[in-house]
Amino acid sequence: MLILEKYRDLVPPNSLDEIYLLGKRLEGKSILHVNATAVGGGVAEILSRLVPLLVELGMTARWDVIKGGEDFYSVTKKFHNALHGGAEEVTPKDFAVYTDTLDMNLTQMTLDQDIIFIHDPQPVALVKKRRQTKNTWIWRCHIDLSHPNLNVWDFLKPYVEQYDASVASAPSFAQKLSIPQVLIAPSIDPLSEKNRDMTAAEINSVLEKLNIPTDKPLVTQVSRFDRLKDPLGVIEAFEKIKPYVDARLLLAGGTADDDPEGAQVLSEVRERAGHDSDILVMCLPPTSHLEINAIQRVSTVVIQKSLREGFGLTVTEALWKGKPVIAGAAGGIPLQITHKYSGILTHSVEGTAYWLKQLLSEPAYAKKMGENGREHVRHNFLITRQLRDYMLLFLAVQQPGQEMIRL
Amino acid sequence: MMIPQAKEPFQFYSRLSLMVMTGLCARNLQELLDHLCKVPESVIYQHTHQFLEQHQHLVPEPPNDFAYWVTHILQDERLGEKMAAIDTVRFNSLEALRQAFISMMELYLKAGGMLRQAPEGKELYLMRAIRFSIPTGIIVHDLNQFVDGLKKVSSSCLYLHMFEAKLRPPLGINDFSDWFETQLGETDLAKKVAGLDPYTQTLEGLRKRIIRFVERRVEKLHRVDS
Repeated sequence: MLILEKYRDLVPPNSLDEIYLLGKRLEGKSILHVNATAVGGGVAEILSRLVPLLVELGMTARWDVIKGGEDFYSVTKKFHNALHGGAEEVTPKDFAVYTDTLDMNLTQMTLDQDIIFIHDPQPVALVKKRRQTKNTWIWRCHIDLSHPNLNVWDFLKPYVEQYDASVASAPSFAQKLSIPQVLIAPSIDPLSEKNRDMTAAEINSVLEKLNIPTDKPLVTQVSRFDRLKDPLGVIEAFEKIKPYVDARLLLAGGTADDDPEGAQVLSEVRERAGHDSDILVMCLPPTSHLEINAIQRVSTVVIQKSLREGFGLTVTEALWKGKPVIAGAAGGIPLQITHKYSGILTHSVEGTAYWLKQLLSEPAYAKKMGENGREHVRHNFLITRQLRDYMLLFLAVQQPGQEMIRL
Repeated sequence: MMIPQAKEPFQFYSRLSLMVMTGLCARNLQELLDHLCKVPESVIYQHTHQFLEQHQHLVPEPPNDFAYWVTHILQDERLGEKMAAIDTVRFNSLEALRQAFISMMELYLKAGGMLRQAPEGKELYLMRAIRFSIPTGIIVHDLNQFVDGLKKVSSSCLYLHMFEAKLRPPLGINDFSDWFETQLGETDLAKKVAGLDPYTQTLEGLRKRIIRFVERRVEKLHRVDS
């Protein structure tokens, strides 16, 4: 059985047929994806699933990873933080480490495929090769570029403008650029461990293992322990509704290895939760995909009270499980939630508390919202839609300036 | 008597689109108005037709991006309600649709309407659509084949032939009704399908209604025959 066919019953009716039609138009094209890491992180996860699908559709798709030493990755980590708006000090020596490493990679890569698809800032300068290859270059930025530190952005921008097109995950991430900026949202894979259907027995087994009681409605935030996810704000909102609604709050997540603040935030969250038996705080290992799947499925309401956000794939995951979601209007979340139709967008602790009380008290409305949310994800944020959009982009860059393309 | 065969067969196409960011963003009604006066038609398409198609599975369905933003983000329910009543699929050109929004907003602002600011993160980012037309390979010659074909095509194909078709000649007519009328002489069936309203049902609901209309007509043709 083809991999794509496994999605047929999950995606909108007939959408796979459109993917096959587009695939025929791109048969034989060679496509090279390049990023900075082979494992870990959302980019590697999605590429590991997308590249085989492109191959199945008749393209010669490959995925390469650039090489660099510790000094290079320390510089690109600084770039990453700076592009998110952080006040990083990036020195001329850092920029030199970056360009030297990319030049070294350029000597080892042919980059002569029909389409070169570069992911994130680390390999962006590979585009220097473009003058020799005369093929099509696309740059996808997976991070929030809405408030970049200009020292780093001004360094990267001349490279970005040598591409044929750039791709962003949310409209607010767009920058003033001389090249077209396409909006392609990321996606989740409905067949992955984090999102696949689970039996009641599987869910119960996870709940038992994690010691999560189900005697009260469960309100959950699944997120890294990070101030930008506002876990303390979630507890505050929950405490506001406790006099009116009997429920339990679960804050589940981990701390990233590259986030020294994580342990500190987790400790603050535990201290704030105190000895309240209705507030559970769980630090889970990064491989807890099935556990997170079960927690999301058993939740009555899911919260994602982000103050800043990339795209917010935890929201996508919860919506896919048909859950009513209350989320901060940040990054890509407003693309996923049409307020009061497919979820709730909030800006404050008070707003979160108000809507949490509403949804817990009006299960029929919450259920309808959850159903709408699942359908919205089915149509817009599953991996097959991302595959389709990538193929449309490959076709569009071959006909620049056209607004109506007849295939 | 056999089911009548069309002079020219009907070919189903799919409509796919890619969103391109314009870099324009509105924080209040005046900014939205200023942008709408200048943007290309592909922006109007994106926030009306494409929005409708992207959200057609939601119940109740939000009407268009501008009305949704004015109602839920600017919290101007009166103007939002009026903008929601602008019937996207009844317009025969994107320019006419643009003018409908512009006139409504101009009137509102002239009458001293409030200029509320969108909260941070809820600005309206204007986007344009690159549209793709792609033949599905499904070509039909009579009503029976038409039903089989319609069961197979995607909802974007249905949207293209039912609603977006009205934006190109013959203006104001959906492709199905045009084919029923001009190729098969099925005037009543053409009228029935033309009368369907996308706001009262999802595209899947609409598909079922069209199939029912055509199947009933085929049954009737068979009864006359026997």
